[in-house]
Amino acid sequence: MDAFASHYTYWVTVFLMAAGLYIMIARGNLVKKLVGLGIFQTSVYLLYIAPGKLIGGTAPIVAEAYKVYSNPLPHVLILTAIVVGIATLALGLAIVVRIREAYGSIEEDDILALDAEPGKRA
Amino acid sequence: MLEHLPALQVVVPLAAAPLIVLLRRPRVAWLLASAAALFAFVAALVLAAEVASTGAISYHLGSWPPPWGIEYRVDALSAFVLVLVAGVGAVVMPYAWRSIPAELPRDQHYLFYALQCLCLAGLLGMTITGDAFNVFVFMEVASLSMYVLIALGRDRRALLAAYQYLILGTIGATFYVIGVGLLYLLTGTLNIADLAQRLPELAGSRPALAALAFITVGVSLKLALFPLHLWLPNAYAYAPSVVTAFLAATATKVSVYVLLRFYFGVFGARQVVESLPVTGILIGLSVVAIVTASLVALWQADFKRLLAYSSVAQIGYITLGIGIANESGLTATVLHLFNHGVTKGALFLLVGGIALRAGGAGFEQLRGLGRAMPLTSLGITLAGLSLIGVPGTAGFISKWYLVLGALQAGQWWLAALVVATSLIAVAYVWRFVEAAYLSAPDERSAPAGEAPRVMLIASWLAVGACFWFGIDTAYTVEGARRAALFMLGGLP
Amino acid sequence: MRREPVLRVVGKLLIPYMLLFALYVQFHGDFGPGGGFQAGVISAAAIIFYALIFGLPAARRLVPDAVVESMVALGALLYLGVGFAGLVLGGNYLDYFVLDRNSVTGQLRGVFWVELGVLITVSGVMLKVFYIFASRRRPD
Repeated sequence: MDAFASHYTYWVTVFLMAAGLYIMIARGNLVKKLVGLGIFQTSVYLLYIAPGKLIGGTAPIVAEAYKVYSNPLPHVLILTAIVVGIATLALGLAIVVRIREAYGSIEEDDILALDAEPGKRA
Repeated sequence: MLEHLPALQVVVPLAAAPLIVLLRRPRVAWLLASAAALFAFVAALVLAAEVASTGAISYHLGSWPPPWGIEYRVDALSAFVLVLVAGVGAVVMPYAWRSIPAELPRDQHYLFYALQCLCLAGLLGMTITGDAFNVFVFMEVASLSMYVLIALGRDRRALLAAYQYLILGTIGATFYVIGVGLLYLLTGTLNIADLAQRLPELAGSRPALAALAFITVGVSLKLALFPLHLWLPNAYAYAPSVVTAFLAATATKVSVYVLLRFYFGVFGARQVVESLPVTGILIGLSVVAIVTASLVALWQADFKRLLAYSSVAQIGYITLGIGIANESGLTATVLHLFNHGVTKGALFLLVGGIALRAGGAGFEQLRGLGRAMPLTSLGITLAGLSLIGVPGTAGFISKWYLVLGALQAGQWWLAALVVATSLIAVAYVWRFVEAAYLSAPDERSAPAGEAPRVMLIASWLAVGACFWFGIDTAYTVEGARRAALFMLGGLP
Repeated sequence: MRREPVLRVVGKLLIPYMLLFALYVQFHGDFGPGGGFQAGVISAAAIIFYALIFGLPAARRLVPDAVVESMVALGALLYLGVGFAGLVLGGNYLDYFVLDRNSVTGQLRGVFWVELGVLITVSGVMLKVFYIFASRRRPD
């Protein structure tokens, strides 16, 4: 129980990770899949950020009054990862818009059925 | 300026992308992209020569010394991969001159060239960087541009292929970041050389094993190891021809390189072999990949898809070498990276010519192609020989080392399997020969007329390379062997 | 929404302050939370706000597509240019230490220009994404 309480951020991380992955696999709706992807990526942000925080620590600016600093590196890394995540989501949504225009649907099953129609297959 | 070459190697193609967006005109865009690709190729050759004579080069970005700053590192292994990626990047540019106007509307040309430059910069960056997180950033630069490049394909199925690749590719990259995050939490460093130094004390600890597993799965998704290859056939089949050739020759290869880097440069051969049954799993999956993907390739109705499935099988050979994990096996892996990159690049370039003339590469369109497009057909047949691994071609050399590695490891059945599965490759290359030379053309087959000259020249350059590296093996085998020794010896 | 007088007046009042706030966030990045990413998003949000109230065509007249696309490229080039400046002044790529005789001032200067590049590119990208999504017709 102690290990559970003191590592609760990891549990949250693992839960989000599993939830995101599950949504991506289980949902046929292309937008919902992207939502799952977003949740999955968010779990990684948490994985990096949470251990970087020191309770009572401040921003790493050298000053007389403060001795304890939080590690700034994970923040920088995750800032990059967030930007990458946004770019991925934006691109994914853009592709979904184009798919909707080309197929008239954003359900994976419908789209696959449309492509499997006889005479259309290459 | 020469000492800044490691940075310029990545930055020049990277800078070309925004310049192209700014200038927009298709002709200027092509010129800029070609110049950047050519520069990258020359830089890679110079770097490789320098590494061969003086040893590994380390470049400190922003003058921050590692492990604090980001380090660019060129060593025997990365120099070899750099030459492959930059070389293919340079060869596809003259090809794009004719093939892109045929496939994309004029107002999208500059976007294609900008993305191509970004993709090249990303792949080169993944190869050259010595920082585990930086690998992720460049991986995403390369992947995001790849998704768009694939979505540019004319068929609407290209969109779905790009979407699937986006989902699976992002899962792969995220798994990789999770692995790197665990390593960072364990060791407090992201520099690959520094990680390699600190990790042995923690070998066998659970987070280290979890990191190894996450990185293996993540990178395997990117390199399309069976059964994580599902994105690959559609992506290759529906992307524009240049993109397919470029991706098939480089993207999965760079991911293999990342895997090698982590196995032998970070975790160390011992830990990978001993702590988890990684090599056993790799051998098993590779064997399944080789057999099933080759068989699936046999039944494809479209030649481009056939080649895509053949790529999955060939990646199996590459990872088989990692699984064998002795000197010859790793030499075979690095060699096959290069040789298969060249071979598949040549094949996809030639198929692009057919698609341009016939509007597709279904087998019914290939009937009688030997007469309609003699040079293209001959090129495909010759590159096909390299795909099979006929002596005298590049494909033979890498399979030779693979067989040698399997025998040295005492696993004669793997050696037999490599030889036996090459027969399946004979069968699927034969399907092309049969259609092109032994079938009479009918109303569905391609009209007479060769592909445009620049496209043929670029393709034949690659076909020539298949034979050049099959006969004069000094450069590739020497490079691959040095890379293999370097990996087994850990980092210097 | 074009006929809503309240929105139009409030919008016109707010937008200058949003842009000003973007600049504040941009320059405050030296001492605390802030910097080019956030400022870029805020300044793009001001224009998007304008587009929501006055319509997309009006926003496109205010910040034309050509400008937006060049912003995306120019910001990135500015960043890369800072890297090359380090090279020219005798350091490594992206070396800020050599940008001034005093290496601390050099760091400040390097970060200033890099963040400016980030600001330009991020607001350009945000606007480009908004324009593209908003101008797409709904398929029936």
